[in-house]
Amino acid sequence: MPKKKMPIAKLQKYYKDMLLIRRFEEKAGQLYGMGLIGGFCHLYIGQEAVVVGLEAAAIKGDKRITSYRDHGHMLACGMEAKGVMAELAGRGDGYSKGKGGSMHMFSKEKNFFGGHGIVGAQVPIGAGLAFSDKYKGTKSVTFTYFGDGAANQGQVYETYNMAMLWKLPVIFIIENNQYAMGTSVDRSTKSHSLWERGLAYGIKGEEVDGMDVLKVKDAGDRATAHCRKGNGPYILEIKTYRYRGHSMSDPARYRTREEVQKVRSERDPIENLRDILLTEKHLSEQEIKKIDVEIKDIVNDAAEFAKASPEPSVNELFTDIYLEV
Amino acid sequence: MPTEILMPALSPTMEEGTIAKWLVKKGDSVLPGDILAEIETDKATIEFESIEEGIVGEILVPEGSQGIKINEIIAILLAPDESKVPERTKKKIEHKHVIESKPLIAKGKPEASVEIKELTQPETKTITVREALRDAMAEEMRANPNIFLMGEEVAEYQGAYKISQGLLEEFSAKRVIDTPITEHGFAGIGVGAAFGGLNPIIEFMTFNFAMQAIDQIVNSAAKTLYMSGGQMGCSIVFRGPNGAASRVGAQHSQDYSAWYSSVPGLKVVSPFSSDDAKGLLKSAIRDPNPVIFLENEILYGESFEVPIDNNFIVPIGKARIRRSGNDVTIVSFGIGLKFALEAAELLSESGIDSEVIDLRTLRPMDTDTIIQSVMKTNRCVTVEEGFPVCSIGNYISSVIMQEAFDYLDAPVINCTGKDVPMPYAANLEKLALLTTAEVITAVEEVMYR
Repeated sequence: MPKKKMPIAKLQKYYKDMLLIRRFEEKAGQLYGMGLIGGFCHLYIGQEAVVVGLEAAAIKGDKRITSYRDHGHMLACGMEAKGVMAELAGRGDGYSKGKGGSMHMFSKEKNFFGGHGIVGAQVPIGAGLAFSDKYKGTKSVTFTYFGDGAANQGQVYETYNMAMLWKLPVIFIIENNQYAMGTSVDRSTKSHSLWERGLAYGIKGEEVDGMDVLKVKDAGDRATAHCRKGNGPYILEIKTYRYRGHSMSDPARYRTREEVQKVRSERDPIENLRDILLTEKHLSEQEIKKIDVEIKDIVNDAAEFAKASPEPSVNELFTDIYLEV
Repeated sequence: MPTEILMPALSPTMEEGTIAKWLVKKGDSVLPGDILAEIETDKATIEFESIEEGIVGEILVPEGSQGIKINEIIAILLAPDESKVPERTKKKIEHKHVIESKPLIAKGKPEASVEIKELTQPETKTITVREALRDAMAEEMRANPNIFLMGEEVAEYQGAYKISQGLLEEFSAKRVIDTPITEHGFAGIGVGAAFGGLNPIIEFMTFNFAMQAIDQIVNSAAKTLYMSGGQMGCSIVFRGPNGAASRVGAQHSQDYSAWYSSVPGLKVVSPFSSDDAKGLLKSAIRDPNPVIFLENEILYGESFEVPIDNNFIVPIGKARIRRSGNDVTIVSFGIGLKFALEAAELLSESGIDSEVIDLRTLRPMDTDTIIQSVMKTNRCVTVEEGFPVCSIGNYISSVIMQEAFDYLDAPVINCTGKDVPMPYAANLEKLALLTTAEVITAVEEVMYR
């Protein structure tokens, strides 16, 4: 933990936000098992500190974009659990009226630009969002998230090159959860420090402990400061871990149960923050319990909302293909 | 022996050019590699070097001369020991193309290039498709500061095909942006900029290179509005030359009309003439949806009448009847019109009265105009440069069968390019491409002649 004093209200917020993602994802997994959610569903469990820590470094006007493992990003930037869950269930009250699904959700209001299903495709788009801010002369930055798997896509490096060439205010966040579907980083590249690849383009960056929300927040502050000063892009390679399979249909035979269990018991970001809140006497056991109940209620409400929401009207089949001229 | 310096061919599609500037004068000594002149082709202004040592004996075509055909004698180089051009060489020289010296195309101020003789017809002026496209972008960029142009060689080089000539000077490097050679990346950046509220025009040097970027075009630009339940518009134009140029082989000669036209969420435009190129590009830039704007390198240098009025636009989705007729409907678009119109003209001499429809927009396609025409003529031939399998013509045939089957007096014939990668050899390339003769044969076949 960094030494500097963090206001108690903030610590409490990070705890709540991480817990919301954890409980939401557990519920999504449960609904998937019941057949209420279909197709691909990629859970964020284990990686919560990444997005909560970085959202803590964001200010109004900042944009964010990510891959298909996107539920956590949406909840962290303030999108409603109800709308996200309804979308997962393919219902009319979902953020995309049920037409996008788990991997394709957006909120213009919250500056959340998806939810992209093609590995790595969000990276140039994120740089393009940053381009629009630079063009308009704002001070906003774009948080562009991708995984260690996407880090091997060619378009990522095309984007690094142009982002630095044009000094675009974009933070490239490599959420290195160590597995690209079933292929570990060891089996996909010989260059183990993924952020260092940016140095070849002149982009600064660093590796961050993604299981510690406060360290992530500090790194986010450094990255945003760098970008807002007009220095161009910054890379954060955040070492994290996904507890569940790549998607719901992944038996995860590429790693041992012990490996997962070890991370869960020793490095879990939520457990660790809970310990701090308790041992430093910021919150009592009772207060922690109260938060747990509060979060559980939000998630249960979201699930009930999703179940009750009607499927989209059949009239929606042919809408939203073109905007009226 | 004096050496005749001939007008050089400096691009695959160049047929004639302009001597922009002589860098030598009569009596100058030149060495191999010395620049003799700047020659403006259909694509760019290129320095032209001497390959011989000698003395400039005569400059036969003064600078500013336009329309100088390839292989025309433009100067005489004397051997270092000769002193003047022999009389018999002088007599051989006849050049008819030297006209009044005129400044190069005005940069960024297209209005300035209106010629005085055209003032008698104040409503239109004759401009090339190339100038029409540039004018469309310039006019729209003046009106909307959120429009920018991005692509390879669009700025300092003035456009690989000179479409963006003068735009950098008028709109600055902020709005006319050279990219590295990185189609996948800059197409994605364009999509992101559009999501961020800007109106990008993304130029592909040719649509062959857009294959590198097709994921961003189809998966990101076209589908996001739908996937976001209508939240995320993507107002972007992807434009550039499409289809075969000349002798550039298989990887640089393909018509992508059918590919993009099969994607819901995209609009696809393919103009033939300058007025449609200008009016449709302006509509495409203003459109809140992603538009694929398919140009054609061979048409860039062709001239047509264009209304002078800056408010002139052509709506996307409306076909144009280029020629009215009662016997047969010929449907085409883009460069296909060249063959369709030529065939119609020749067929009229043998008494066949063709109606020629220029689709202009491929998606959404104005099938109503086709159906109405077929109900009148009862016969249809489609003409396109693309491959025959899953072609635009195949789609049109299917629509006609479903909507006007009882009106047909003959099966619809699709004239297309051949089902082969484009060969390089001149004779084979000619065979692979569409011809006017094939269109005539097809029409005669549906007429049972």
